[in-house]
Amino acid sequence: MAVRGRGGCCPRMDLLRSEAMQLVQIIIPIESAHRTISYLGDLGLFQFKDLNAEKSPFQRTYATQLKRCGEMARKLRFFKEHMTKAGLSPSKKINSEADIVLDNLEVKLGELEAELIEMNANSENLQRAYNELLEYKLVLEKAGEFFYKAQSRATDQQREFEAQNIGEGSIDSPLLLEQEMSIDFSKQVKLGFTCGLVPREKSMAFERILFRATRGNVYLNQVAVTDPVVDPASGEKVEKNVFVVFYSGEKAKNKILKICEAFGANRYPFADEIGKRFQMIYKVSGRISELKTTIDAGLLHRNNLLQTIACQSEQWNLLVKKEKSVYHKLNMLSMDVTKKCLVAEGWCPTFATKQIQDALQRATFDSNSQVGAIFQVLHTQESPPTYFRTNKFTSSFQEIVDAYGIAKYQEANPGVFTIITFPFLFAVMFGDWGHGICLLLATLYLIMQEKKFSGQKLGDILEMTFGGRYVILLMSLFSIYTGLVYNEFFSIPFELFGPSAYACRDLSCRDATTEGLIKVRRTYPFGVDPVWHGTRSELPFLNSLKMKMSILLGVAQMNLGIILSYFNAKFFGSSLNVWYQFIPQMIFLNSLFGYLSLLIIVKWCTGSQADLYHIMIYMFLRPTDDLGENQLFPGQKTLQLVLLLLALIAVPWMLFPKPFLLKKQHEKRHQGQSYAPLHVTDDSIDLEEHHDSHGSHGHEFEFSEVFVHQLIHTIEFVLGAVSNTASYLRLWALSLAHSELSSVFYEKVLLLAWGFNNVIILIVGIIVFVFATVGVLLVMETLSAFLHALRLHWVEFQNKFYEGDGYKFQPFSFAILNDDDD
Amino acid sequence: MYGFEAMTFNVHSGYLEAIVRGYRSGLLTAADYNNLCQCETLDDIKMHLSATEYGPYLQNEPSPLHTTTIVEKCTLKLVDEYKHMLCQATEPLSTFLEYITYGHMIDNVVLIVTGTLHERDVQELLEKCHPLGMFDSIATLAVAQNMRELYRLVLVDTPLAPYFSECITSEDLDDMNIEIMRNTLYKAYLEDFYRFCKKLGGATAEIMSDLLSFEADRRAVNITINSIGTELTREDRKNLYSSFGLLYPYGHEELAACEDIDQVRAVMEKYPPYQSIFSKLSYGESQMLDKAFYEEEVKRLCLSFEQQFHFGVFFAYMRLKEQEIRNLMWISECVAQNQKSRVHDSVVFIF
Repeated sequence: MAVRGRGGCCPRMDLLRSEAMQLVQIIIPIESAHRTISYLGDLGLFQFKDLNAEKSPFQRTYATQLKRCGEMARKLRFFKEHMTKAGLSPSKKINSEADIVLDNLEVKLGELEAELIEMNANSENLQRAYNELLEYKLVLEKAGEFFYKAQSRATDQQREFEAQNIGEGSIDSPLLLEQEMSIDFSKQVKLGFTCGLVPREKSMAFERILFRATRGNVYLNQVAVTDPVVDPASGEKVEKNVFVVFYSGEKAKNKILKICEAFGANRYPFADEIGKRFQMIYKVSGRISELKTTIDAGLLHRNNLLQTIACQSEQWNLLVKKEKSVYHKLNMLSMDVTKKCLVAEGWCPTFATKQIQDALQRATFDSNSQVGAIFQVLHTQESPPTYFRTNKFTSSFQEIVDAYGIAKYQEANPGVFTIITFPFLFAVMFGDWGHGICLLLATLYLIMQEKKFSGQKLGDILEMTFGGRYVILLMSLFSIYTGLVYNEFFSIPFELFGPSAYACRDLSCRDATTEGLIKVRRTYPFGVDPVWHGTRSELPFLNSLKMKMSILLGVAQMNLGIILSYFNAKFFGSSLNVWYQFIPQMIFLNSLFGYLSLLIIVKWCTGSQADLYHIMIYMFLRPTDDLGENQLFPGQKTLQLVLLLLALIAVPWMLFPKPFLLKKQHEKRHQGQSYAPLHVTDDSIDLEEHHDSHGSHGHEFEFSEVFVHQLIHTIEFVLGAVSNTASYLRLWALSLAHSELSSVFYEKVLLLAWGFNNVIILIVGIIVFVFATVGVLLVMETLSAFLHALRLHWVEFQNKFYEGDGYKFQPFSFAILNDDDD
Repeated sequence: MYGFEAMTFNVHSGYLEAIVRGYRSGLLTAADYNNLCQCETLDDIKMHLSATEYGPYLQNEPSPLHTTTIVEKCTLKLVDEYKHMLCQATEPLSTFLEYITYGHMIDNVVLIVTGTLHERDVQELLEKCHPLGMFDSIATLAVAQNMRELYRLVLVDTPLAPYFSECITSEDLDDMNIEIMRNTLYKAYLEDFYRFCKKLGGATAEIMSDLLSFEADRRAVNITINSIGTELTREDRKNLYSSFGLLYPYGHEELAACEDIDQVRAVMEKYPPYQSIFSKLSYGESQMLDKAFYEEEVKRLCLSFEQQFHFGVFFAYMRLKEQEIRNLMWISECVAQNQKSRVHDSVVFIF
């Protein structure tokens, strides 16, 4: 595995077994505590245990500092909000003047916030006045228009009225107002009016309520304002109507005023004489332009302030986040009785001991502390966290395994094998070197742009693809390889490795089966002979090939799984698992399916025509019968009998001895423990005893439970051996589906379009072909093959050995902190 | 079709039921309350709440907090959740959800009307209104001088209009008849809601009629206790009781005749479900009655989550959340006023 060589700097086996961990206690003098924690955060190799789990967050020692950090974070969010409103983006570059003390920063942030708030309040007031004036101007214009029209119409009407000199009842005047206006002129009754702006969506209800409240003794005229107006109170753009209401009487006026208030309708004073009106418009326009300059000046000032904040806010943000996380960790430490030092407990990998001690020393030195921190390894029965040192290449493969379950501490990690087997099994299903090259180009682009992409936020799908770029890289390389083996390039065969070995006997052999062909040269050197393509026997031939290949691959991978269980058993020193689990499992699987694989290979080598189905079925049904023409090698019958017997023996071997032996072991241990209490009291003086207490001492041994457990395991394995082998046939099925789909697209779309001899149809055909290839074959098929490969690893491979009940090592690290930036 | 909801319920309401159950799991637990009760300042409360579902709503509040801000933000969360559900809901669930808010609407109407009667500023009153019970023309209520105007001007457009048929009088508004109006409206509302739930049938009808009956009975008891010593006649009092529930009709007769709290107690103790509530109280005491009723209600509301495929969970969730906000308000008040010894007086643990 050349690929693994890339991480060559690391010690051997570092991916197969997780790092050795130790539980560590650090006693830190209180004056250097903060610095120590932040140095540990820089190092990022220490996972703190919460020693104050029973305390609520605000009862902890550093709750006030946390609150202050929260407050500062809030201020920074406040700035950010205003910056995005003003269209500024915080600069990404971090200035090197890192020596900002938290207290100073707090003061500074407070000042800046107060300044900004004051500026906002000022500009808000101005803005409000400005918007009000704008509205006022609108009202003056629209209502003025209306008054002007009404007046001219009224005079017209009056002239008409006088000219015709008829009773008023016969005039079918369309508007109430005009009637009133005419009466107004004659009877000299003063009508009151009020005008303003009302939000358009409320205008209907407004009219209705006005009508109801005054029992219809009101005239309302509304004109829609075309552009949305900024509402002075809320500062949002709202569509509004200008309205004028006429009413008579003081009572009605009060009601109308209240209703206006209730609907958020802004009223404005209005003069009904034209001269005054123009004067007002002039005045308002003057005020508007004046205000505008003031507001602009204010905005400029504010933007300047925001600009200065923007170039540092990122740095401040980082600092606050760091401080917050440091105090958060400090809160996890328990206070010593003397209140002079803090006690930290946590996990760290053993290789990091030196680094951590260095960090502690530096912290002591830098904070001029008289006493150094004490670093002490504790012994515990608690299961340590699992930590794999991965690099950017291996991490995505490890993720595939972790998605199923985090490995138990130091158990064999399937991730190592996944690096090769996963892309390989994928490629078996995705064999087409044309498609492989497309994938390769896409993933190479991602890898080229690695630096650029890793810094920025990507979309959901792109993020996922980018994260798995190295997986895809290997997948595409392997599919080019399998594509060459299958001799498929968008379902077109190529004679890459020399000419085909077969030739036609005569001209009619196009429709013939393989028997119509004769071998003229040596066997085609690599992969499937291109001559198979398009023949009638293509499918039976490829199916037989791929099916057998799937079985071989499957049996090999399952054997690897079982062998890993042996390594696990050996590593954890459990001879029981070797003798009563590993060996019978090996025997069972290989005596049935290992034998099948042997037969496949023998058949391939000898070219025999024996029926393997028949052999396998009659091996169970009539093991003593003669094999007849299906015999592949001498002594096959005896071998079959032996294998069958071995398989039969292996089942009870798996089932019975282990639970009984476990019971015996437990009883033995229990006898020894009758003296234990005395021993424990001795230990209690020791500090370590305290830690032993969180570990589980001896668990209860329930024989029936263990037995049922073993029974389930055995049944699962025996049935699983059959069903898992069958499950590997998906390799063949998917690969078949892929090649058939691509040949359909090629023949039914591209060749069909070609056949018309028409440029437009050809172009359409090519477009359809490209989209079908990309959409269905490259995206959907990749996904489905990926999922099937995933399943083969999670279920068929990992259930042979993988416990996956560990928990991940989550060190306190500033580097991670920066990553999960929102 | 009782018992067959399972076949079709999820077609329309399955998603929302999942949502509401998810919301429910975000309610504060007894452990949270225990921690909250130990807080020293409002900032502590904020800090604790920031670890709960309320976090995003409180995180941007500047530090000198007020009780009102906390309550406001918590209510905002409830309103957001309610709006989300209402947007997703289809008939008849959307109507059901709207029914839940009518109670708040009635309270808001009464609040505004009383407020204007005492010449308060409308804007100030509007801020005090429950956001769930807002409707467009609510501010116009201030214009009305008597019941008839109130109805004709504003309420005729609201869903409350049908409930008003019984209290249209031309009398001027005063405290007494506003209170009567509130109770009449509430009675009509509860009866309508009850009918609606019965019409829905199935588990919804069963569970909701239980919850609403409890609500009706509680109101009956409260009306009785509050009207002791006023000039309300026996007949008037009886008219305010909703015409369903466990107490209907015989209990109502007896309640109407009560003249002090002990008589009420004697009446209520005849009904086994209420016996336990009253047995907790000492004689002559009505202070703790509210809390006892709330506790019983919370218990019943929580139980409604035990069954699936009915709308009761939505009602229950809204009620529980309101109770939670009441709890938070009480705790924050106690903390703010340094009355921590009284914290447990009014807090009802939900889980």
